[in-house]
Amino acid sequence: MLDYTKKETYDRNALRVNPAKTCQPVGAMYAALGVHGCMPHSHGSQGCCAFHRMFLTRHFKDPAMASSSSFTEGASVFGGGSNLKTSAKNLFDIYNPKIIAVHTTCLSETIGDDLNALIQGIDIPEGKYMVHTNTPSYKGSHITGFSNMTASFIQYLSKASGKTNRKVAILPGFVNPGDMREMKRIASVMQIPYTMLPDTSGVMDSPMTGKFELYPKGGTKVEEIKSLGDCELTLAFGKITSEMPAETLYKKCNVPFKILPLPIGIGRTDEYIMALQSLTKAEVPYELEEERGQLVDILIDIHPYTYNKKVAIFGDPDTVLSLAEFVLEMGMVPKYLVTGTPGEYFQTAAEDLFLKFGMSGCKAKASGDLYELHQWIKEEGVDLLIGGTHGKYIARAEDIPFVRAGFPIIDRYIHSYLPLVGYKGGMRLAELITGALMDRMDRDSAEEDFEMVM
Amino acid sequence: MRQVAIYGKGGIGKSTTTQNLTAGLGEMGKNIMIVGCDPKADSTRLILGGLAQKTVLDTLREEGEDIDLELIMKRGFADIRCVESGGPEPGVGCAGRGIITSINLLEQLGAYTDDLDYVFYDVLGDVVCGGFAMPIREGKAQEIYIVASGEMMALYAANNISKGIQKYASTGGVRLGGIICNSRKVDGEAELVAAFAKELGSQMIHFVPRDNMVQRAEINKKTVIDYDPTANQADEYRALAQKIDGNDMFVIPKPMKQERLEELLMEHGILDI
Repeated sequence: MLDYTKKETYDRNALRVNPAKTCQPVGAMYAALGVHGCMPHSHGSQGCCAFHRMFLTRHFKDPAMASSSSFTEGASVFGGGSNLKTSAKNLFDIYNPKIIAVHTTCLSETIGDDLNALIQGIDIPEGKYMVHTNTPSYKGSHITGFSNMTASFIQYLSKASGKTNRKVAILPGFVNPGDMREMKRIASVMQIPYTMLPDTSGVMDSPMTGKFELYPKGGTKVEEIKSLGDCELTLAFGKITSEMPAETLYKKCNVPFKILPLPIGIGRTDEYIMALQSLTKAEVPYELEEERGQLVDILIDIHPYTYNKKVAIFGDPDTVLSLAEFVLEMGMVPKYLVTGTPGEYFQTAAEDLFLKFGMSGCKAKASGDLYELHQWIKEEGVDLLIGGTHGKYIARAEDIPFVRAGFPIIDRYIHSYLPLVGYKGGMRLAELITGALMDRMDRDSAEEDFEMVM
Repeated sequence: MRQVAIYGKGGIGKSTTTQNLTAGLGEMGKNIMIVGCDPKADSTRLILGGLAQKTVLDTLREEGEDIDLELIMKRGFADIRCVESGGPEPGVGCAGRGIITSINLLEQLGAYTDDLDYVFYDVLGDVVCGGFAMPIREGKAQEIYIVASGEMMALYAANNISKGIQKYASTGGVRLGGIICNSRKVDGEAELVAAFAKELGSQMIHFVPRDNMVQRAEINKKTVIDYDPTANQADEYRALAQKIDGNDMFVIPKPMKQERLEELLMEHGILDI
């Protein structure tokens, strides 16, 4: 399918071919689903909402519920105020959510609907809430939308009562429910009380109970978001995704924050655990030390198969940066790093990482696309490709082993239930990576070299 | 920091008045930023001495999203900081969205520093869409001055703008500070505009007489205070600056019905001419 991609690169400013990102509202909708009893509401025409729901459902293989302001031509001319008003009334009457989280679309942003004023003019029933965030897709990416929605929940709801609740606020970043569960498990093992926002575990990985639940058990409760203002510290995972909401909580409620990289791999999981440990001052439980030791053991065992292998990684910026550090820990070379999300920080952080591990000849690009990544790979090949489903065409065209990690993965199952983060996530990633590399060795080896024991 | 938006009918002299007024405030030692919200990008020409300021949107178009504040903000007369939001070429794109983009960008880049006494938004013509209302929503500009003259259409426009202010007054907290009369030498002008302002529940904050000096200074790409500090007109703008600096009358305007507006014009005999 991609046989016609040419090796020679040329300057492209306006055009992206196979972008490594999607719309802001996809991220905003995902964040809103991580709040308990929340109905994400798309303020725009129906097509946007349908696309964003489908996008999430294809990745999580679980329904993503959301409503739409259903803009028509009239709303495009006169603004969507009356549509939003009717939507809110119908939603509270019929679907009875605890909270409606409105995000905008390109259409309502271009009209210039003033959501702040519109929501103030809406009659919200007692004990119910309505919040909004601005998500024009011509800016940023789904990561920006996720960040905006999370910050808006805090901006609207969080309050400082002046009394600490002795909890840590955890902003997990744009990760799967499986990752959120693992981050929470580590905090629990460290005996740290926490509130995670958003928390899609129990929502986007909810169990089959035989009964359809519009609002599954999971998600951060509105009361918990309110009391985020009384937390002692915010741990914000992924600078690009979580810095903004952490700053919002700091500005509003004076909760100090610490920015950590997504805890993928040994070093970055260590950072998470040490940040927790600095609060309890207690010794790290053996349970975690054991897991760490196991992962180190695994990396030593698989070293002959991973050492000096070249990898191309694409996806969301914080995820790619952490995956890159983990493959470096495995002795591999992160030859190409690409994210579609714009922002200079990605490139700077990648360069720092290359320097830290003494790598040369590696490339990183923000606002990039898969077409260019493919061109780079044609120029100088790699041994492994890591990223979401969209990479499978490159993997096929260039016959490279492919490990699916990140967002979106819409052609495989179960991935969203399992973590990439923590030592456990590291073990899983190490298994996926060596599995892919060794399957390839088996496939390509001559009859007489086909090994029983490896 | 006082954030002020200047509205008014197209061609009434918003940009000229804003720049001459800010020159007056600048002379008083105030720290000022002017944000031109007009796709024509001519809101800062007199302060910058004709130096064509590169607009925020042009810069975005050419440099991409990672830009420095220095690229889009220049300092002119009395150290006034000037930003032109700019817009698409006529007939394409969305100018309103452009204003949303540039104001958001200014915030992001930290242009709103604590040492500022005034931020002036010079806004295109009438309130036409959400984008043009940007300076008065979300608690940005808190006070509005409408530039008008004794001409009928200018007062129609001012009345219309008051409707916009009324809409945002309940949510954004924006208030009308007064009407600046930029004289067109219409008969009974001062009385008419004062009566009009009173009917809105506001005031005519100053009557700026018509003087060729303004024209002369403009040709020389300067404000009057800059071009000829001793001119009578320079004192008029100083007076306006003083009045705005000391203004404490901020109201939610009560826009008139069409009939009442026409009646008012009749009373002052404009329709006879």
